[in-house]
Amino acid sequence: MHISEGILSAPVLAGGAVLTTVGTAIGLKKLDYDRIMSVSLLSATFFVASLIHVPLGPGSVHLLLGGLLGLIIGWGAFPAIVVALMLQALFFQYGGIVVLGVNGLIIAGPAVFCGLILHPWLKKNSKQRAIAGFLAGFCSILLSAILMAMALYFSDHGFLKVAGLVLISHLPVMLIEGLITMFVVNFLVKVQPEILSIET
Amino acid sequence: MNVESFASGNSLFHRRDARVKLIGAMVLSLVLALNTDMTVAVAGCVFSAILLVLSKPDPQLFLKRIALVNIFTLFLFITLPLTYSGDSSSGLAIATLIALKTNAIFFCFLSLIATSNAASLGYALQNIGMPTKLTFLFLFSYRQLFIINQEYKRLQRAARLRGFIPGSNLHTYRTYSNLFAMTLVKSWNRADRVHQAMLLRGFSGVLIPLHRQTAGLADYIFLSALLFIALLLTFFSLFPNFS
Repeated sequence: MHISEGILSAPVLAGGAVLTTVGTAIGLKKLDYDRIMSVSLLSATFFVASLIHVPLGPGSVHLLLGGLLGLIIGWGAFPAIVVALMLQALFFQYGGIVVLGVNGLIIAGPAVFCGLILHPWLKKNSKQRAIAGFLAGFCSILLSAILMAMALYFSDHGFLKVAGLVLISHLPVMLIEGLITMFVVNFLVKVQPEILSIET
Repeated sequence: MNVESFASGNSLFHRRDARVKLIGAMVLSLVLALNTDMTVAVAGCVFSAILLVLSKPDPQLFLKRIALVNIFTLFLFITLPLTYSGDSSSGLAIATLIALKTNAIFFCFLSLIATSNAASLGYALQNIGMPTKLTFLFLFSYRQLFIINQEYKRLQRAARLRGFIPGSNLHTYRTYSNLFAMTLVKSWNRADRVHQAMLLRGFSGVLIPLHRQTAGLADYIFLSALLFIALLLTFFSLFPNFS
């Protein structure tokens, strides 16, 4: 889920950069040095998640799990995801410097949004926890795909159909992310609920 | 996981100060990304290809990466002429421009950024104004991700030894979730231990680099050359009729 360099127009690139800077600044502000180690480890775990390919029909998709990160650390997910994207750009040349802002916004924005909205649901019964987990995974990818389509469309209206294809091609990914996030939340609640900042 | 494959080497580019390369790459990428003129895009692509050749990348690996980067441009070449509002030739022109820009910026990245290792890049980023906390996150994630990847791989191997065969079914997804969640639990607890160990050693929030880089005359000449080219490209991009 990266947009490569050289595709987007200047206003879209600038907008993405500004919003990602603001989001990262808020995330960093809310992050004290006692939590920073956990966040760096989560950032690294998020990076590793993107290397995990799960089978889907004849092909496979890689995990993203931004929604899960949002559930765990809220605003802290913003800098964590931006750092993971920087490392991905450095190691695999996915994305790049100029487009980092837009890519950061596409993935981290929905992750933080879903995490903050759905976190209160985790404190309720197991059914609602499952729903919250599924929605965190599903909606964060849905919103990311919408943002990505919008970035393409606003760069050049001729990208309309390409943007539509982007949206449709992410549908199966949304389902998988929803399921996996739901199962991971379920596991964490049983094994170490403090990661999700809840008491059971 | 062999990731910093372009960082080892001893070319002219590998020896340059990471800050100098970072600034050069940022300026050049920005100019190339914002340009909409075809002639400038061709010139930029040729120039960054020269940079790339001078940085002597491993050819096999480089071809693999360039193929990956161009999957999306290929997708545009197939779809844009058919879907672009206008006619097929303007769709093709847009696709060509994007392909040139994407590759030019990619070449810059490979020759100027990927030739530094993550540690020196982290400090270079901090030197040119990245917040200390973000630098900390960057350096520590980099430090830990190999360990976390190994832990995940170990769990995956254990699952395979117990006869786990992945397929498109709920059992597979649940198994992957549990493997990942276990990795998460382990890294969460590792974070606690590392944090305690660092506090015991007097950690105050500042990381001290082992190798401090100093920019010499060669670095300044290098940066000036890059900025001069960027300026030329900007000029012809703003006044396309001049050429």
